[in-house]
Amino acid sequence: MADVNPVANHSQPPPGEAGVSRRQFLGQGAAVAAGLSALAAAMSPLRHLSDDDLPSVEEFLQKHYKEMTPADKERALERIREQVKKRYGVDAKVSDPPPLDGVEFVYGLNISRCIGCRKCVHACVAENNQSRSPEIQYIRVLEMEKGSIDLETANHHYDPDQVPRPDKWYMPVQCHQCANPPCVKVCPVEATWQEPDGITVIDYDWCIGCRYCEAACPYFARRFNFTRPEIPKDEINPNMSYLSNRPRSKGVMEKCTFCLHRTRVGQLPACLEVCPTGSRKFGNVLDPNSEVHYILKNKRVFVLKADVGTLPRFFYYFDERGSRYHEPITPDTKGKELKEGA
Amino acid sequence: MKRYLTFLWDCFRLSFVGDWRYHAWMTVLTVITLGGVYAWCQQLVHGLVTTGMTDQVSWGMYIANFTYLVGLAAAAAMLVIPVYVYRNLHLHDVVIFGELLAVSVILMCLLFVTVDLGRPDRFHHLLLRFNFPISMLTWDVIALNGYLLLNLHICGYLIYCAYCGRKPSKAFYIPFVFVAIAWAISIHTVTAFLYVGLGGRPFWNSAIIAPRFLASAFAAGPALIILTLQVVRRFTRHQVSDEALFTLRRIVQVAMLINLFLLLCELFTEFYADTRHVASIRYLFFGLGEHRALVPWIWTALAMNVVATTLFMLPASRALKTLNLACVLAIVGIWIEKGMGLIVPAFVPSPLGEVVEYRPTLHETMVCFGIWAFGLLVYTILVRVSVPVLAGEVTYARRWGAHPKAESSSLVSASQPEPKL
Repeated sequence: MADVNPVANHSQPPPGEAGVSRRQFLGQGAAVAAGLSALAAAMSPLRHLSDDDLPSVEEFLQKHYKEMTPADKERALERIREQVKKRYGVDAKVSDPPPLDGVEFVYGLNISRCIGCRKCVHACVAENNQSRSPEIQYIRVLEMEKGSIDLETANHHYDPDQVPRPDKWYMPVQCHQCANPPCVKVCPVEATWQEPDGITVIDYDWCIGCRYCEAACPYFARRFNFTRPEIPKDEINPNMSYLSNRPRSKGVMEKCTFCLHRTRVGQLPACLEVCPTGSRKFGNVLDPNSEVHYILKNKRVFVLKADVGTLPRFFYYFDERGSRYHEPITPDTKGKELKEGA
Repeated sequence: MKRYLTFLWDCFRLSFVGDWRYHAWMTVLTVITLGGVYAWCQQLVHGLVTTGMTDQVSWGMYIANFTYLVGLAAAAAMLVIPVYVYRNLHLHDVVIFGELLAVSVILMCLLFVTVDLGRPDRFHHLLLRFNFPISMLTWDVIALNGYLLLNLHICGYLIYCAYCGRKPSKAFYIPFVFVAIAWAISIHTVTAFLYVGLGGRPFWNSAIIAPRFLASAFAAGPALIILTLQVVRRFTRHQVSDEALFTLRRIVQVAMLINLFLLLCELFTEFYADTRHVASIRYLFFGLGEHRALVPWIWTALAMNVVATTLFMLPASRALKTLNLACVLAIVGIWIEKGMGLIVPAFVPSPLGEVVEYRPTLHETMVCFGIWAFGLLVYTILVRVSVPVLAGEVTYARRWGAHPKAESSSLVSASQPEPKL
């Protein structure tokens, strides 16, 4: 192999007919030029990529959330603050509240009381800076036939003048924060995981957007940013955290985080606060004096799709004697509280 | 090293040499590929909103094509097993075309996964935090890339040896051939497990998916090889005996029968038991209410598979025309069944019972065509280069002694138009 003739490396055609070779050369050159310009034309849409779409060097080198040092984290939070300022002109407070010791959050939903007004849906969108266009909502309220708990007969897009409608009952569904979460298992890059307080979170800066978790979720709880999310500047909620409601980019997953930027500092989730019927209960299940602890112990409780073995931290319960609030909610009072609250 | 670089350079040059049909074919493929690049660039700018996918149906044509192509990559194994395990000599000379096919098909698979990502710019996160062995997707990354490397090594080694004019040393490729056989089974199994492992999707959560997947793969792969070998025979001077084709026909016969049998098992289980879990397969075969997008497709696929199986079983398919018809029917039928028919129904109805249908957009169709064209382009080049090299027409020794002659003689064995699927 060592006895290689140096000539072998040069593969020009034999000397001689220079005219032919020039014509050949020109022809080949033209072909190469045509090919390159066709490739450039094909790639021309890329000139519309905005600065926000391209990761900065800092973003590109940013570590996985769990590998960040406190200093790394501070830099990441600062970068997010700057991005929010640049994009929405808002001075945001971006924090990273840690899970609290001895806390495991659970959520209870009283289906005897829920009237299907969807105030929770909209409060959630406002609180968590979800995209308004295209609309992303974490909570889906199902209108069920009385006498049935069959999801396939549920109405997802009910729109009556008044709720509740007679002969219907309502079942809001959101992330169940499973103790055995299939979405976490499938993620190829560990961009989603379960925190010690039971909340499954996503590092939006790590997600590669393969949507395997969305396929794995039995509760339709995950949402994908199919395009760049749009939020009007004056509707931005400036109270943000890294793992929950900071603005997302296109191409990543997002989901309900039990409003961890609120609940980890002693507040209640936005969907609970807005609920006019008191159907929503939230708290630390490890605390024997908590309301959720009482409900789990004393009420009739069920979880959705117990057969898939996901062990949800979101459960449904009902009152023994079935009264529910029958104050009808009309279109003009719909969303009123929300505006007042904001 | 120098010799190896020269080899690569010669292969590169050789891929541009051919008659007008070859150039026309390559130009068409390049144009379609560039169309795909264009559509993908638009997708990069606007996001996956350019596709027909939604939160309800979150995987579509990309993953469907990916799944089907993983199956096609089996073609290699189905040629290799008879040759190296059963010492079938008919297939010995053509086994390399199966392996080259595997290389181009796996490249297409990787491309289909890449275009499906929302953030391809974060691809390196896979290297930094690889969720192995928990996530089946990481298994698939290893399986597919491993299979690609194995086949690249085997083909590359054999072709390079022919180029250097020396006999390939068995120790350098036979062990890899056997590893590749096991690996071929593993890529199907692992890809099937991607879907099977999801408890929330009853349509996929069934143990029969992996065996069905293998059966259909072992039918569609060799069927495609039967067609490819005839193209090779027609447009190059490479010898392909009819016996080789008929050996493959026998393999397809058996695989098609098993495939239909497994389908029957699945249909019986679902429809006879008639539990709530039947909704997805009912959507596929009969539609749910006014939602019937997949119904015509699946019945077409079923009809094609039944007709193809019948043809393969009849002595009539000893005639090449009938055999080719049966192969085309099997390839298209399985493409529908293993592609759209396996992926989309699992999302309909959604886990909360919502029925949202999936309709691919022009954009994603262009991307799909682009990737298919690119795959065919790669395969054409691989075959175009390997035929004269393996025939000893282009070798290192000859390259500067009789260089121009070697070049012009290979002109004869130029174009390889592929059947457009």
